[in-house]
Amino acid sequence: MNRILPVLTVVAAIVVLWYGAAVWLNSKWVYDQAARAGTEVTTAQLISETMAQERPVLPAPHQVLAGLWDGVAGQKITSKRSLVYHGWVTLSATMAGFVLGTAAGLILAIGIVHSRAMDMSVMPWAIASQTIPILAIAPMVIVVLASLGIKGLVPKAIIAAYLSFFPILVGMVKGLRAPDGMQLDLLRTYNTPRAAVLWKLRLPSSMPYLFASLKVGVAAALVGTIVAELPAGATAGLGARLLSGSYYGQTIQIWAALFAAALLAAALVAVVGALEAVTLKRMGMAR
Amino acid sequence: MAAIPIIEARGVDLVFQTNDGPVQALRDVNLEVAKGEFVSFIGPSGCGKTTFLRCIAALETPTGGTLKVRGMSADDARRERSYGYVFQAAGLYPWRTIAGNIRLPLEIMGYPKPDQEARVEKVLELVDLKGFGKKFPWQLSGGMQQRASIARALAFDAEILLMDEPFGALDEIVRDRLNEELLKLWSRTGKTIGFVTHSIPEAVYLSTKIVVMSPRPGRITDVIDSPLPRGERPLEIRDSREFLEIAHRVREGLRAGHAYEV
Repeated sequence: MNRILPVLTVVAAIVVLWYGAAVWLNSKWVYDQAARAGTEVTTAQLISETMAQERPVLPAPHQVLAGLWDGVAGQKITSKRSLVYHGWVTLSATMAGFVLGTAAGLILAIGIVHSRAMDMSVMPWAIASQTIPILAIAPMVIVVLASLGIKGLVPKAIIAAYLSFFPILVGMVKGLRAPDGMQLDLLRTYNTPRAAVLWKLRLPSSMPYLFASLKVGVAAALVGTIVAELPAGATAGLGARLLSGSYYGQTIQIWAALFAAALLAAALVAVVGALEAVTLKRMGMAR
Repeated sequence: MAAIPIIEARGVDLVFQTNDGPVQALRDVNLEVAKGEFVSFIGPSGCGKTTFLRCIAALETPTGGTLKVRGMSADDARRERSYGYVFQAAGLYPWRTIAGNIRLPLEIMGYPKPDQEARVEKVLELVDLKGFGKKFPWQLSGGMQQRASIARALAFDAEILLMDEPFGALDEIVRDRLNEELLKLWSRTGKTIGFVTHSIPEAVYLSTKIVVMSPRPGRITDVIDSPLPRGERPLEIRDSREFLEIAHRVREGLRAGHAYEV
């Protein structure tokens, strides 16, 4: 109860502010309508009308929730209007990209820790790769791959991987280097082969770093997938849903898709967190 | 001492290259240690006692002189897994149980599974930690953790046990007990032990040979062969005249080293 109360307080404050903003931002349309009809608007009318518009500037929270509920439960999950359908399309590409990005980040980190040449050469490129806006790169990747006949999940997964490998790389380079001099010296006294140093010391020591990076990485993979769904007229996925919503001014649809994406991200991070708890507990490292 | 010394240092020099220029860590260190001896290295901090121990373990490489361990170069001796090393901190892996930590060198060295279990049991008993194998390190006190790290160094059959201030972080009461146990362990296993300390009573109580060192540059100022009996030494021996005489000589050696400095 002690933990729920502060959360509820913050949520309540946000909802109140949101309703206030909705009334304020949507009032212009109501006044315009009234002026055109030559009528006066009472405050009660203003409030009720700003919250029931079909294409409001800012949908009220209950409109977004209704849109979200309709998208999740109100449609057959095979329907193009179902958020479950679009969510699944996005989720599958996110997972594929996340696995790809995690593998790439891990392999590069292991290389960097073991080879000075890789340390000097790979790291600057990895950092440079993240300074390029993903919004600029995503359409090019999609177009180039499409010209090669690769469409659908793979290009999106590649962009998701492009965003998610970086936190894994940075976190794991730090994590694999976490063992101190004494622990490395100890293994040296056993004349330990490098592979065994990696398996028995470096990887186990890096677990807390790994899970911290995985949480960032999985969220980045989702962002990457959604960005990849925006260009080139993708027809499925939460990104496509956002885009078609903005084409037709369906603000409620945009916000519902946005919330679906946020919930999906939260769920993914929670899954990684649960994996972390189980792993650290099994390793005897949970407090 | 007709047999070949197990550790033999002739004119060992070590110069570290640092950003502030070269630092002479060891100068002209000469020492012979016979098999089965308990050698203590004592001196103030910066005297190179730990550095010399690390040279024996081939964790540092001397820049001059010769250093032979079991008749071969220190690095070959390391490859042959000639010694177990106990560090200042226990350094147990928090994700492994006590038994798992002791099994670590055995896994790396490729001992067969059933043999691993038998050895873990044996050394756990040797360091008086029987029944604690399934505990995780954080569930044990500092003294028990250090005993587990000694067990880890004993688990494989190394002839030499090198210990770098293993009890430095422990309180005196625990330390006395562990010293007593270490002596018993030494007489039971017959290993050669190299032991770094900055405590005079500890050095005198444990050793058959005490190497007194002084700093800047690190060098040996005195080597004392202890007349105290080998094997069992009750703690009360520390009140005996012989004990006090050796302790006095060690103190003089340390003081002489410092006088040179000032």
